[in-house]
Amino acid sequence: MDAILELCDISKDYPNQKALDRVSLAIPRGAFFSLLGPSGCGKTTTLRLVAGFEQPTSGEVRLNGSTINHLKPYQRNVSTVFQNYALFPHLSVQDNIEFGLRRRGGANIAARVGQMLDLLKLTGKERRRPSEISGGERQRVALARSLVLAPDVLLLDEPLSALDPDLRKQVRAELKSIQRRVGVTFLFVTHDQEEALSLSDQIAVMNRGQVEQIGMPEEIYLHPRTRFVASFLGRMNWIDGAGVRPEALRISREAAGNGLCCHPATVMGSVFLGNCVHVEARLASGETLVAEVPRLDARFATGEQVHICWRPSDEMRFPGEPP
Amino acid sequence: MRRLRLLFLAPAGIISLALLIAPLAIIGGYSVLTRGAYGGVERPWTWESYRLLLNPLYGEILFRSFWIAIVSTGLCLLLGFPLALFIAQSGPRKSLYLNLVMLPFWTSFLVRTYAWMFLLRDTGLINTALQSLGLIRQPLPLLYNDGAVILGLVYGYLPFTILPIYAALERLEPCLLEAAADLGAGPWSTVARIAIPLSAPGIWAGAVLVFIPTLGTYLTSDLLGGGKTVLIGNLVQNQFTTARDWPFGSAASIALMAIVLLLLMALRSRGTQDLL
Repeated sequence: MDAILELCDISKDYPNQKALDRVSLAIPRGAFFSLLGPSGCGKTTTLRLVAGFEQPTSGEVRLNGSTINHLKPYQRNVSTVFQNYALFPHLSVQDNIEFGLRRRGGANIAARVGQMLDLLKLTGKERRRPSEISGGERQRVALARSLVLAPDVLLLDEPLSALDPDLRKQVRAELKSIQRRVGVTFLFVTHDQEEALSLSDQIAVMNRGQVEQIGMPEEIYLHPRTRFVASFLGRMNWIDGAGVRPEALRISREAAGNGLCCHPATVMGSVFLGNCVHVEARLASGETLVAEVPRLDARFATGEQVHICWRPSDEMRFPGEPP
Repeated sequence: MRRLRLLFLAPAGIISLALLIAPLAIIGGYSVLTRGAYGGVERPWTWESYRLLLNPLYGEILFRSFWIAIVSTGLCLLLGFPLALFIAQSGPRKSLYLNLVMLPFWTSFLVRTYAWMFLLRDTGLINTALQSLGLIRQPLPLLYNDGAVILGLVYGYLPFTILPIYAALERLEPCLLEAAADLGAGPWSTVARIAIPLSAPGIWAGAVLVFIPTLGTYLTSDLLGGGKTVLIGNLVQNQFTTARDWPFGSAASIALMAIVLLLLMALRSRGTQDLL
């Protein structure tokens, strides 16, 4: 695998806190790679180290095989899309997009800017100021401003979080198609597991300054390696130290044998979600589970006695970790 | 509600009426009267004082005043902007540095100007030190020239540029500077293309706050210029003291004010288009 960006054993200490603890990552060329984790897990710090805004306490950042630790942000061929976009308010859309090209010098500025305006559907907005365009357009200007430089890696710091939920899903799809078209490696930071799962070729799940697991979305969702990863991605029921996904649970009125684990339970309530129903049930041991069942099956009244069953192979166990 | 608002606005209104508008009206009135035999003013009404101002000698004084004010303002901005930028980026040390900037205000401007005289004169600290080190034989002419006046003005008014520029830079989002660096702009380019344009209202405020008082200065030019550097402020002062020509002093003040006002209005209407 050809890695365009490598983080080797990176640690970052702040006076009162260890932000990153021996993080190693290899981002494949052309990949859409996500750093996923809760706030404070070190994902943004990782991004800032790559951009050059922060220096690692120890470890090495390598771009195209050579170390870039000593390079200033303006000397690195990476570019950042900031969370609030950080567009220059006193410059027009066109001047914002040209800014980097003019600083770095180069030919065909007008043609390259025109190409970006076209790719990001910004034609006609060139003369506007950032305050005069919509949130989605601002996000596209931020993308254009960075992509026009043809960076080795594009760093995106929660670029969808400032958008309305409606717009977010639409922009998400656009982002993926833009990445495919330009072929630039994306390093995408997010705390939203749905975003990470739907967009990424690979995901690194981070927690407390460490990488917990790296893998493809399916792999991480279906075979989480740690308890943290299992509960951070998707919903998880915990029964006797084993995790079972809601969609792996089945509810029936009779105990069904044939190799399933079955426990008697009481229905506590259900939530209709359109395509499925979440049934909440309490086991005799007092644990409450959520089962995701197809809506046709879901005719369970609150208080009804049922059996909750799952295949033993759907259980996820994390030996050596405290429950 | 409306009455309450008037009540609270009244003190400021009365003060500005009594201490600003009224004296101005009086000066305006004096400027079109005749000089009294022992100071003061007499009738008849006349434009004589204004006609006198057209004398090229006064044009020269006005020109010199503008030149010194422009140089002082320029130097204040040149020194003040980097300092303001430094303070704005100093994190928790900000308030310490701001207090240091304001520290000179704790003593009187007059005393501080005298202190410069003690430093700059022939037998002053600087010349004595340089002589005892053997670097010079004759004392350097540091005092009683335009350079000394500009030095005193820059020293006195520097805080008035630092504070508004600092306030503007402080509001600047740090991520804009990071974004500039990220897009390939070096430190100088980032300052020139992002920090300066986005703090322009503060720079403008700082420039006006220095330019106006330095244009009308008389104390600094009197003490550090040694009377050789006659500025429009000294001219006005003279008319009310030794020369006892109140109408002419009043006319000179009004003329100066009119020129400054017109200049600011002209610059402002051009400047704000870029700023907003």
